[in-house]
Amino acid sequence: MTRTSLHPITIGLLLLVGVAAPLLFPAYTNQIAVLWLMIVFAMTWDTLGGQMGYNSLGNIFFFGAGMYTCAVVQIGLYYDVGMYTSGARTTHIVFTTAQYFTGFAFGVVAAGIMAAILAVATSWVVFGLRGPYFAIGTLGVAVAGAELVASWQWVGAASGISMPVFPGAPQTQKLFFYFLLFALAFVVLLFLRWLYSTNFGMAINAIRDDEEKAEAMGLYTRRYKRTAWTIAAFFLGIAGAIFGNMIGFIDARDIAFPTTTFNIFMILMVLLGGKGTFWGPVVGAVVFHVIKEVTWTYFLGWQFVTLGLLIVIIVVYFQQGIVGWLMEKYPERFGVRAASTEREVRSPAIKLAPHAEGAE
Amino acid sequence: MNDAIIELTNVTKSFGGVVANRNVSLSVPRGRITGLIGPNGSGKTTLFNSIVGYHPIDSGSIRFEGQEISQLRVQEIARLGLLRTFQTTRIYGKMSCLQNMQISIPHRKAGFFDMFAYDRPDVIERAEHLLSFVGLYEKRFLRAGSLSFGQQKLLEFAMALMNEPTVLLLDEPTAGINPTLINGLIDRLKRANAEFGITMLIIEHNMRVIMNMASKIYCLAHGEMLAAGAPEEIQGNQNVVDAYLGAH
Amino acid sequence: MEQVLGNLAVLTGMPIFNLGLLIDGLLVGSIFALAAYGLALVWGVMNVKNLAQGDFIMIGGYITWTLGRYGIDPLLGVPVAAIVLWGIGWVLYRTVISKVIARDLFTSLLATFGIAIVIQQGLNLAFGPDTQSAQADLPTLSFADGLITIASTRIVGFVFAIMLAVGIILFMKKSRMGQAIRATAQDARAARVLGIDTEKVYSFTFCLNAAICGAAGALVAVVWNVQPFLGTTYSIRLFVIVTAAGFGNLPGVIAAGFGMGVFEQFGGFILGAQFQQALIVLLLLAVLAVRQLQQLRVRQAVQ
Repeated sequence: MTRTSLHPITIGLLLLVGVAAPLLFPAYTNQIAVLWLMIVFAMTWDTLGGQMGYNSLGNIFFFGAGMYTCAVVQIGLYYDVGMYTSGARTTHIVFTTAQYFTGFAFGVVAAGIMAAILAVATSWVVFGLRGPYFAIGTLGVAVAGAELVASWQWVGAASGISMPVFPGAPQTQKLFFYFLLFALAFVVLLFLRWLYSTNFGMAINAIRDDEEKAEAMGLYTRRYKRTAWTIAAFFLGIAGAIFGNMIGFIDARDIAFPTTTFNIFMILMVLLGGKGTFWGPVVGAVVFHVIKEVTWTYFLGWQFVTLGLLIVIIVVYFQQGIVGWLMEKYPERFGVRAASTEREVRSPAIKLAPHAEGAE
Repeated sequence: MNDAIIELTNVTKSFGGVVANRNVSLSVPRGRITGLIGPNGSGKTTLFNSIVGYHPIDSGSIRFEGQEISQLRVQEIARLGLLRTFQTTRIYGKMSCLQNMQISIPHRKAGFFDMFAYDRPDVIERAEHLLSFVGLYEKRFLRAGSLSFGQQKLLEFAMALMNEPTVLLLDEPTAGINPTLINGLIDRLKRANAEFGITMLIIEHNMRVIMNMASKIYCLAHGEMLAAGAPEEIQGNQNVVDAYLGAH
Repeated sequence: MEQVLGNLAVLTGMPIFNLGLLIDGLLVGSIFALAAYGLALVWGVMNVKNLAQGDFIMIGGYITWTLGRYGIDPLLGVPVAAIVLWGIGWVLYRTVISKVIARDLFTSLLATFGIAIVIQQGLNLAFGPDTQSAQADLPTLSFADGLITIASTRIVGFVFAIMLAVGIILFMKKSRMGQAIRATAQDARAARVLGIDTEKVYSFTFCLNAAICGAAGALVAVVWNVQPFLGTTYSIRLFVIVTAAGFGNLPGVIAAGFGMGVFEQFGGFILGAQFQQALIVLLLLAVLAVRQLQQLRVRQAVQ
């Protein structure tokens, strides 16, 4: 029923939009780049929350872990990390072009791997918990990450780390990170589309619909949960690595592990767009991000209050999300078939057992 | 002469102060249909739950194919081939019937990379065959949650068969089913037992059904084993009659 | 690390110090116990896990601090904050909470989290990000040659907390509403069938909890300090307490509250103040892990 890959037209459209956007709207390149990041946030959160039914309040942990891992690798390949983080204010360390890109490349890879390792490690802690305890537990992991990193002298503690400076013109820098984030979002979309079409997709849906039943049927639930968590972590780690370099400066509480901003945005975007649907998170990300960018400047000072109100409004009044609502109104368009909408279908020429009485 | 595929010995389980099962022993002969009856509150479902690993037992032993399973968890026991259906009929509501079947293939041999596989055509064919066995073939693309209660029960049964179990524990399979369809269900249960060789242990309240199907019946009352034997013996057993009448 | 060892050495070398920390811990813990009781109450009656609990406390604290700035005795802040928070709780219940009670648990969690953010940011806008505390002009008592110092504000706070707790417990046992609350907590449907207006019970319970937080907040302002973003720490702290004890186990919750107070005093002393937040969160994870292991033994998961 589900296609294994995005329709070629969709792929084409995505590529078109992705490539054309910075050319058409050069002044908004950074904002659109962040939009791609938001799509990654939303899609990965939905894998756990919408597809598997595990609402995580701690995905940002992997974003931050990736960010710091990348920084440590980037710097550590050429200088002593401890010295760099403590002396960054007084000494001016320059990275050559080769150093920067080599470090960055290794850093991104390391970020993804480290995030995956952390996911496997934390899965033992968080997956014995269900429902609200899982949410609180994952929030705890994220906050713990923020606090521990913020107290860790070697990576700059609360002062953060000034990232190696990008060797190139500002315009090049903007485009470089834009296309990296676009590429990441593109890969995530393709990958998840494929993933959901395999047995994996059905299994995590089964876990969402009735985990006890799945266990009673012998499904290796822990394996699936751990793998879903690790996949999300991997992409989030890479996203963190890219974003950290894009910003140029990282710190634990506000940029790497922003538990009350990005961490919550990802949930809101998915709820707004439609939990558990494929395009819902994307739709939600676009709508949310656009609204936020447009109104942020006008609500200066009151941004976060508005954010909190937005949370409450979305959670209370937008339960199904946009795509969810559409799916309910026009089920046939989305390939969803319920007994109530089904017309009589003639059974095909399959050999039915002689006295099999059909259910009514 | 049939060897016992499940062997319970002096199983005791209590919840707080209430003793739900006290020193219950029974053996389920391989390849047959065995019944478990008793008035409401006699501890039948608790016994089921103990066997499948839903909760630990206080004392006693539960052996499946000779292996002690009282310390194993639900998934592990299911993967050994011991499956159960639920009184409340549990299926995956948001997925289609066919998908419900596909996800019910046995996972005991599944390796890590099997998670990302697509189901082979023969798996889908088997799913469709079982769906038509229970009469749900036409509805295979419908959302399972939108089926009627009776249809969901049949789906749950088909999913259990899909899992290739050695033993199936059925908790009140005819409860809530339209009386005119009960014959069809009995028929399918018997055929599953005869054709697929699945041993069955069935909790039932409908005496006509269970006396018709089972070769051996156990009767529980107040948490203890009251009587055991062939259907005719149980029907004529005064203690059993008293237990049911007394419970009213 | 050397600091930690040094701190440990002080404790082992001068045992009287431990007593000071213990007493301090109990005094402070009384306030935790009070607020944890409120959290457990809402949790048990309405199955709402209030992530804004700590922020309610902060509001109570800021009200008291404001009173103090106008020359009013901050200890009067206890009743004033309680009343104001009761009102706030009523408004929140009608606008938000009543709509999410029936939904799944994650929704109510997220909704209260949203409320928490609004409160935090609102307080930040109104009062600025600095830490404040209300002066009660009470002496600091000193024992054992100055090795044990106890701010008498803490003793006052302790007494108040105990009085409030006793008052609430009596209320729950003796009054009609209290009984209605307990009945609803046990079985809402049965309560409704028997003629109890569960809507009123829910509303009352939520308001009561808010008022408890207000009172606790007033005590916190006097005994400790307030800051717009300190609410999260309190929320996590209280969650640890309720999770460790089990929300139905009210005496356990109170005991755990005291235990938390003591634990924090010792932990903070040994590891240093900057690790305070991290410590609490790690404790949360530890408690959840222990619960998991417990549930594993009964072959279940922590729901």
